[in-house]
Amino acid sequence: MNQQSNIPPKLAQRLLQWFLKDELLEEVLGDLDEKFDLEKETYSLSKARRNYWYQVIKYIRPFAIRGSFNHPLKNLTMIKNYLKIGFRRLKRNKVYSALNIGGLSVGLAVAMLIGLWLFHELTFDDYHANHDKLARVMQHKTRDGIKITRRPLPFPVGRELREVYGDNFETVVMSSWTWGHVLGDEDKGVLKTGAFMEPEAPQMLSLRMVSGDIKGLYDQNSILLSQSTAKSLFGDENAIGESIKIDNDWNVVIKGVYEDIPTSSSFNSLEFIAPWDLYVSNTEWVKASRNEWDNSSFTAFAQIKEGLTMEEVNERIRPAISAHTDQYEGWSDKNEVFLHAMNDWHLRNNWENGVQTGGAIQYVWLFGGIGAFVLILACINFMNLSTAQSLKRFREVGIRKAIGSVRKQLINQFLTESFLLVCLSFLVSLALVLLVLPQFGVLAGKQFTIPYQEPLLWLISMAVIVLTSLLAGLYPAFYLSGFQVVKALKGSIFHSNSSKYLRRGLVVVQFVISVTLIIGTIAVKDQIQFTQSRPMGYNGDNLISVNIVSDDYRGKKEYLETQLKDARIIESMAMTSSPMTTLNSTVGGFEWEGKDPNFHPHMATNWVSAEFGSTVGWNIFEGRDFSKELVTDSSSVVINQAAVTYMGLEQPVGQEFTLWVRNSYRTFKIIGVTRNIIRESPYSQVRPMVYFLDTEETELEYYLLKLNPELPSQEAIASTTQVFEQLAPNVPFDYQFVDDRYAQKFEAEVKVGKLSGVFAGLAIMISCLGLFGLASYMAEQRTKEIGIRKVLGASIMTLWKLLSSEFILLVVLSCALAIPIAYYFISDWLANYEYRIDIPWYSFLLAIVGALVITLITVSFQSVKAALVNPIKSLRSE
Amino acid sequence: MKETRLGEFEEVLLLLVGILNEEAYAFKIAEEFKNQSGRSVSIGSVHSTLDRLKDKGFLTSEMGEPTAERGGRRKRIYSITAIGKRALEQSRDFKVNLWNQYPELALNKLKILGIK
Repeated sequence: MNQQSNIPPKLAQRLLQWFLKDELLEEVLGDLDEKFDLEKETYSLSKARRNYWYQVIKYIRPFAIRGSFNHPLKNLTMIKNYLKIGFRRLKRNKVYSALNIGGLSVGLAVAMLIGLWLFHELTFDDYHANHDKLARVMQHKTRDGIKITRRPLPFPVGRELREVYGDNFETVVMSSWTWGHVLGDEDKGVLKTGAFMEPEAPQMLSLRMVSGDIKGLYDQNSILLSQSTAKSLFGDENAIGESIKIDNDWNVVIKGVYEDIPTSSSFNSLEFIAPWDLYVSNTEWVKASRNEWDNSSFTAFAQIKEGLTMEEVNERIRPAISAHTDQYEGWSDKNEVFLHAMNDWHLRNNWENGVQTGGAIQYVWLFGGIGAFVLILACINFMNLSTAQSLKRFREVGIRKAIGSVRKQLINQFLTESFLLVCLSFLVSLALVLLVLPQFGVLAGKQFTIPYQEPLLWLISMAVIVLTSLLAGLYPAFYLSGFQVVKALKGSIFHSNSSKYLRRGLVVVQFVISVTLIIGTIAVKDQIQFTQSRPMGYNGDNLISVNIVSDDYRGKKEYLETQLKDARIIESMAMTSSPMTTLNSTVGGFEWEGKDPNFHPHMATNWVSAEFGSTVGWNIFEGRDFSKELVTDSSSVVINQAAVTYMGLEQPVGQEFTLWVRNSYRTFKIIGVTRNIIRESPYSQVRPMVYFLDTEETELEYYLLKLNPELPSQEAIASTTQVFEQLAPNVPFDYQFVDDRYAQKFEAEVKVGKLSGVFAGLAIMISCLGLFGLASYMAEQRTKEIGIRKVLGASIMTLWKLLSSEFILLVVLSCALAIPIAYYFISDWLANYEYRIDIPWYSFLLAIVGALVITLITVSFQSVKAALVNPIKSLRSE
Repeated sequence: MKETRLGEFEEVLLLLVGILNEEAYAFKIAEEFKNQSGRSVSIGSVHSTLDRLKDKGFLTSEMGEPTAERGGRRKRIYSITAIGKRALEQSRDFKVNLWNQYPELALNKLKILGIK
């Protein structure tokens, strides 16, 4: 150690040797040694070492450093010259330049758009400052060996997490579900979605206050409004301190107004926040569930302590519910509490048997991949065209070399030219992006802005430019600059095979990608169409659903029915506990004679009024529908076909079962079996389901109105609105068409279909641009050959075949390669859906035929043109 | 054409080369500069200035004999050329001339400069 440190620092010496001119090395090292010794003697070793470094650094001066470090500056003239020649070439070959720049800029534009979309997806929820530490509390329930993952939690879990597991959390906040409520006073009400949350929530979510107090919710009779909610209630007047009512019932004072939460946040629909305590103390059933561990009806959010990871906390809080429920008699579920990190909400929200299985992240990968591929396609094109083009320059290269260009200069020249082209393409693509951004936003269902202020954007753009120009310029640069002078001038490099194979290989890669994309697009469209034409099991036409948002609507069925029916606005009307397009509840504990005791069935339940079936038009398969006249029907149920299979019943009609309903065991009798109705995802199996008749209307939360089909729907809606507004003048009438809601279930897939269609189209377009360029290049190369062939009597047909066959062969080869690849991806994608098509083989055929036709057209354009030229012209040129 | 005027630092270095004579190499010159002026300077900047003076033709240099104390490495010894000497003299004369025109103190200062 001592011995070593007695000499000058090695690293500094190495640095000096690296940059210092060789001829100076000896004297400088000597001088520095002497200085080192002197410093060591007069001061200390460490000071001497430090001084050595200082001296070395001070030698970084123009006179002392190696010539190669000065290079770039000296070469400025050369670079100017490269650029000049580059521009001249651009002007000279207008068609090629246009093809080159056009193709590349489309590719870059696609990549940029996808990049924007990815950026939007990956920074979702970043609005909340603590998004790294925020989470939703959730639970896995193990039931008959299967883990299901659910959001609803029992009331006391918040208290438990705070008290028992408190050292893991900064904050734990209980919350109600975000639902529509009427805000306002007797004169004016607005329908806004919001939630009741514990008072720490606004700070936890780092809401940005426009005015008022972020801690306002500590007062039980208070409320915080979003800016737009405040505006719709009070206009531009100050809202702070004003009193309003929630659902015409609870008086609250506005304590604060926060900036609207953007669409790129999961809390986008949080238009107001009211105190959790207000909700609890005014809602009987909620108050009653304060200590109930077996009633999961709430949600909770948490912020973990700095320095802890989600995994660590998950490990600890797992038994937070089961510690209590395990003591319940007859409780068969195994509950595990866990945190779903906010960073995963948007993209990773699917679980299968308790394991994270992705979600929208799948599409992030998919489109990220497609974007990269389209960019690669464009690069290949660029490479191909410039290689083909540059082969014409062998003489130029030969002359340059003969005059004295070194290889490095030639490489620099080609790279500069490719950089020039890429820069131009980048500018064009930027313009393209700005042009189509609004349409792209519509297509993707989001609003995009270019985050100019984001340094990452510019960094990536620069990286893409440099990378693309390197990728596209490297091959021609190295290949051409490697020519031997004599050969180059003699022209014998002309028939080089390696470049031909490379170009062919690149064409094959392009078409493999394009054909795969086309096949994929057809498959996606097929799958969507197939599912869309799946029988819904009911008739959603002219059916509207009205949520009972206000107590003024409650118990008014008779009144509404007579009013609306008399005016011939509706045909029929019913009530249900959950809307047609979702299922709100699942219960367990069914017992019947002959049931396997180890089987713990859970089925979806829906409470309905007697007219439900006739209003939605369900299909009774066996037995009968509910009847209003029969009093005994209050303990009758209708089940769906899935339930018959699930319960394993031979004779479903007449079968009885018992179930714990509203504080007592009751016996129900199955009176009918309906065909399966799709309530949830149309892509999955229909769950076993039981329809109960609710004669007391305690569970029924929605009116279903079948509008009179003879009336224009706008008119019917207007009249319905009037009737409802008479009931509750200050409650804005809100309704939904059931078939619209149903169509929304396809939104994600329709979006994917549209986007992949656009991308497949662009991919094939870029590939064809490349093909077009190559074909014209080939035709040009063979002008003389064609002339001679024509003179000797070749027909146009023969020439056309001669010129086109190679490309056709390449495309056929690409299709052969694309088939297994497409098969793999499609079957992988379809595996996500329970209800799916078989692999659509015809789409393979369609894509192949399509690719061939497009190739033929592209290539023929050039080959026919070449074949038609008068041989006198083509042979005269020399 | 190279710039042939002398900067302040250049002039001092040139003088130091003359003073140090056989011992005029970058490290020694830097040390001597520090001793005489009290300002410390890196060897690199001295070296760079010497190099510039050489380019201007005020200095020549040759490699000396290897010495054990610097790991057997040779040093580059600088010596003033005739042009360098003339440039120094011109610079001195120019300043003396200026001092002569300077009132009051002129005589006193002239003596000091004259001796040197």
